[in-house]
Amino acid sequence: MSANNPLKPSQRMKIPRQDSIEQPPEVRSVNFLEVSYGFDEERALLESQRCLECKQPYCTDGCPVGIDIRGFIDLVVQKDYVGAVRKIREANYLPAICGRVCPQESQCESLCVMGKKLSPVAIGKLERFVADYEMKNSLFTPPLIGTQRPEKVAIVGSGPSGLTCAAELAQRGYQVTVFEALHAVGGVLRYGIPEFRLPKEILDLETDRIKALGVNIYTNFVVGRTATIDELFDEWGFKAIFLGTGAGTPTFMGIPGESLSGVYSANEFLTRVNLMGAYKFPQNDTPIRVGKAVGVIGGGNTAMDAVRTSKRLGAEKAYLIYRRSREEMPAREEEIHHAEQEGIEFLLLTAPLRILGDKNNWVCAMECQKMELGEPDESGRRRPVPLKGSEFTLPLETVIEAIGQKPNPIIQATTPGLETSKRGTIVTNDRQKTSREGIFAGGDLARGGATVILAMKDGKEAAAAIHDYLESNGRTSG
Amino acid sequence: MFPIIDKKVLAPTITRLDVSAPFIARKRKAGNFVMVRVEEGGERIPLTIADGNPSKGTITLIVQAIGGTTKLLCSKNRGDALLDVVGPLGNPTPIGNHGIVACVGGGVGTAELYPIARALKEAGNRVLTVIGARSGELVILEKEMAECSDRTFVTTDDGSYARKGFVTDQLKDLLEDPPGVNAVYAIGPLPMMKAVANLTRSYGVETLVSLNTIMVDGTGMCGGCRVTVAGQMKFACVDGPEFDGHAVDFDELMMRNRTYIEMEKVSDHKHVCRLSGAIQEAAS
Repeated sequence: MSANNPLKPSQRMKIPRQDSIEQPPEVRSVNFLEVSYGFDEERALLESQRCLECKQPYCTDGCPVGIDIRGFIDLVVQKDYVGAVRKIREANYLPAICGRVCPQESQCESLCVMGKKLSPVAIGKLERFVADYEMKNSLFTPPLIGTQRPEKVAIVGSGPSGLTCAAELAQRGYQVTVFEALHAVGGVLRYGIPEFRLPKEILDLETDRIKALGVNIYTNFVVGRTATIDELFDEWGFKAIFLGTGAGTPTFMGIPGESLSGVYSANEFLTRVNLMGAYKFPQNDTPIRVGKAVGVIGGGNTAMDAVRTSKRLGAEKAYLIYRRSREEMPAREEEIHHAEQEGIEFLLLTAPLRILGDKNNWVCAMECQKMELGEPDESGRRRPVPLKGSEFTLPLETVIEAIGQKPNPIIQATTPGLETSKRGTIVTNDRQKTSREGIFAGGDLARGGATVILAMKDGKEAAAAIHDYLESNGRTSG
Repeated sequence: MFPIIDKKVLAPTITRLDVSAPFIARKRKAGNFVMVRVEEGGERIPLTIADGNPSKGTITLIVQAIGGTTKLLCSKNRGDALLDVVGPLGNPTPIGNHGIVACVGGGVGTAELYPIARALKEAGNRVLTVIGARSGELVILEKEMAECSDRTFVTTDDGSYARKGFVTDQLKDLLEDPPGVNAVYAIGPLPMMKAVANLTRSYGVETLVSLNTIMVDGTGMCGGCRVTVAGQMKFACVDGPEFDGHAVDFDELMMRNRTYIEMEKVSDHKHVCRLSGAIQEAAS
């Protein structure tokens, strides 16, 4: 037991889990400001004192990037917030982002000993608090960079896996260049996750910190088109390449009516709003049209983001349409809870059949069918089975499909010898190595659709593998 | 930033911009396009690359001022810079030796057709070019097209220049006259490409069209550019932009392209006001 926390375990257990400060639902559902303000110092200190400082810190086992959680919380107890965020940054270079979007409830916090009988320590909110503290008070200093090394490494994609890989390699002294296809950095953190969950200002600051490590970032550069992977090796002189291009290609259900005006993929809808700022039309030029009634199809975090965004854009009725029940939803509990608070109507056990249009080719309704849950399928979740005669028509003016994404095919199509799976993902071994020498991959491009933190884990592991690769032999052949 | 190296007004609403974009200039092929964002807060719009000069590091864009963003773009001058230009995107045009090919360009589509006609000529084809425009003053690149074509024909809707009529009138003659035409490349407004495809279908002549669709990113991410081709959903940005004209559902695409028509008017008005404001300011 550390001497820093004066409380006995029994006293610690008496402190209730602290709630973060949030905008009231009726206020936030019509603005794009961040939903949660996180902890103030008082709450952070109280929460940190709840940590039992277990000899065996199971919480760290639940963290994909292995943050020394007990260690950073102990620094919070001592009010050394900057020390705490530096401790986190040893394992994770993007704490302000992870503190906001990580599914802590199924990772670190799910293994917290406090959580067995009481509520787990709010590890995610503490992570966010120390990251925000450092940011608000401009206390960031770049970590020490290892001896400069001559080898150039290319990172393709500036999402969570790419940024993490870049930060790790730059700290090891490599010459790192990131290539981003869009005009702004961040990948899914930029175009996918809305402002009200992850303010773009936070992303910009975290990006600046990566640039502070000497990382060079090219935006407007589509690897596979502007230059191919082989050109990056042969003409640009990169010795290793990490691919982190994510899963950005939308899938559509294939039901009638998907070509109607007013039907969006969640990707298009969110990209218009998040990347292009369509919520500020006509101040910004990119338009978006949201009807009075919006239906979002899907049950994941992307569906939650899209339906909550549509509410903020003025939808009077915002429905989430999901073919299984609430229990099977892949979205984070916090997001589902926030959506419910904001007045999103959940149409569960409901599957769309076709989208109907008016004479101007605009969506006017969607025909749906009620489902019931049958036997578990290969995913282990109970399979939805249609209920005969349960068809009904739901008046809608906007339909958003959030049923999953797959990897963008451009790099696979332009890089000979890169093994891909049937799902279009890049095949990697346990060290993120692909079938081509010198090429590594991670994040959704390899996983097919996972979380920000798992992408970061891959980026981190790939950086270690690239380091070993360049240390041992470097690139001998294409 | 991507500086504008040269500018030339080709017709009352059509402007040619040479833009410094060295990586793109090196890689671009006929049929490729770029996504352009003129300034902060602006839209991303797709523009076909009309030409390129790898040694100078420039690409040529030919822009018709029809909406807010294109008007803004046409108001830019040498020395100004475009905020974002990314590419080359889309699949290059498949250039084969068909024997006799007809290149049919409507309006500003002629600019997109130009690099294709040149590549077809270089591939050994006999190139018959048909340029169509609403009126004589909107005919562009006639000289350039003539240089890479074996024969060049012009039609205008109002008969103010060359043959009065539509490109399909001229194309029909070419299809009818022995030895006919083996393949058609048509680029222009959707109704024109639809009319061309309908005409050539009855002659069984393969016809490639280049589709302009709603697009946000241009790299396969948004799906806004989806079109139905032979009953399948395709993304114009990564599967196209060129498709078999006989298999494209033009009516559906024309309806989809009207999605933002009301909002485009608002955006257009904003830019016109701002541009005329700037002009007034400069004059005062």
